[in-house]
Amino acid sequence: MTKRLQLAIGIMFMTILIPKTASAMHIMEGFLPPVWAFSWGVLCIPFIVMGLFSINKTVRGNPRLKILLAMAGAFAFVLSALKIPSVTGSSSHPTGVGLGAIFFGPAAMSVLGLIVLLFQSLLLAHGGLTTLGANVFSMAVVGPLVAFATYKLIKRAKGPQWLAVFLAAALGDLITYVVTAIQLALAFPAAVGGFGASLAKFMGIFAVTQIPLAVSEGILTVLIFKAISAHAREELKSLKVFSKEL
Amino acid sequence: MQDDVKKNSKKRSIYINLLLILTVIVLVAMPLYLARNAEFSGTDSQAEEAIGEIAAGYKPWFFPIFEPPSGEVESLLFALQAAAGAGIIGYGLGYLRGRKKGNTEN
Repeated sequence: MTKRLQLAIGIMFMTILIPKTASAMHIMEGFLPPVWAFSWGVLCIPFIVMGLFSINKTVRGNPRLKILLAMAGAFAFVLSALKIPSVTGSSSHPTGVGLGAIFFGPAAMSVLGLIVLLFQSLLLAHGGLTTLGANVFSMAVVGPLVAFATYKLIKRAKGPQWLAVFLAAALGDLITYVVTAIQLALAFPAAVGGFGASLAKFMGIFAVTQIPLAVSEGILTVLIFKAISAHAREELKSLKVFSKEL
Repeated sequence: MQDDVKKNSKKRSIYINLLLILTVIVLVAMPLYLARNAEFSGTDSQAEEAIGEIAAGYKPWFFPIFEPPSGEVESLLFALQAAAGAGIIGYGLGYLRGRKKGNTEN
């Protein structure tokens, strides 16, 4: 390999990796009026409580599942840190909650999602403490619920394993940001056109941007699912991941 | 004979994985080309603007307790977040794989 080629390759990697700064995606600190901020938070409480009990039960029943639980949380951690450009010319990040919802059910994922969002709002000024409730509701309650329901529906319809995982993760991701748009439209109805006009606007910002990212999240979740199920089939069976029943 | 079948399905699985990874890369890179002139700012800063248009009088009533002093520090923290997660996933996969291998050898 000539020196010039080496340099060209080096520069290519350099340009790919130059960091582009952008802040992102969950509802920003202080940007929901107190009434809304409080209400969304309260709405999350039952899910978090159920999640804590569910995690406790899972881990007590089979301590070997701890490593999978850690991996599901870690997957959400990684994916929420990846801010990805989209065709709309803006950036957003995936959520990574689909995998954990498939393994441990939606309630358990509410707790893991809460941890991710808390970390990001405290250390990264991303999202916020006052908007934590709303963001938990979209990413850690509705997202996992949709992912889990999608997964079980496709399993019940005898669809292929990869399709169930892909659609669960992709839809869970997309719906998270649809909910974000609804939350903002509810809090900020337009003077002309009211809720509907605002919803159209926020959907344009959040949901459309999210479409290619949701596809990416679906694919990445299929990859990690394949890797885990190749080596931990027994654990997944004990979690009833492969069964059609709820 | 059976080993051959096993080997083939393993090979196929690797190809599929590579193809999937490639698809993700294309999906991520495509917007950079399709929307060349865009700033790729975060959807949340765009939402801030939209709120400014809809409710011009709205002032955020709470501010982040800690804000990374610069984009660099922020990207450091995001990188740490991703690295921590990736580390745990890598550890877990290695553990599961090693365990399976140990089981078949005994």
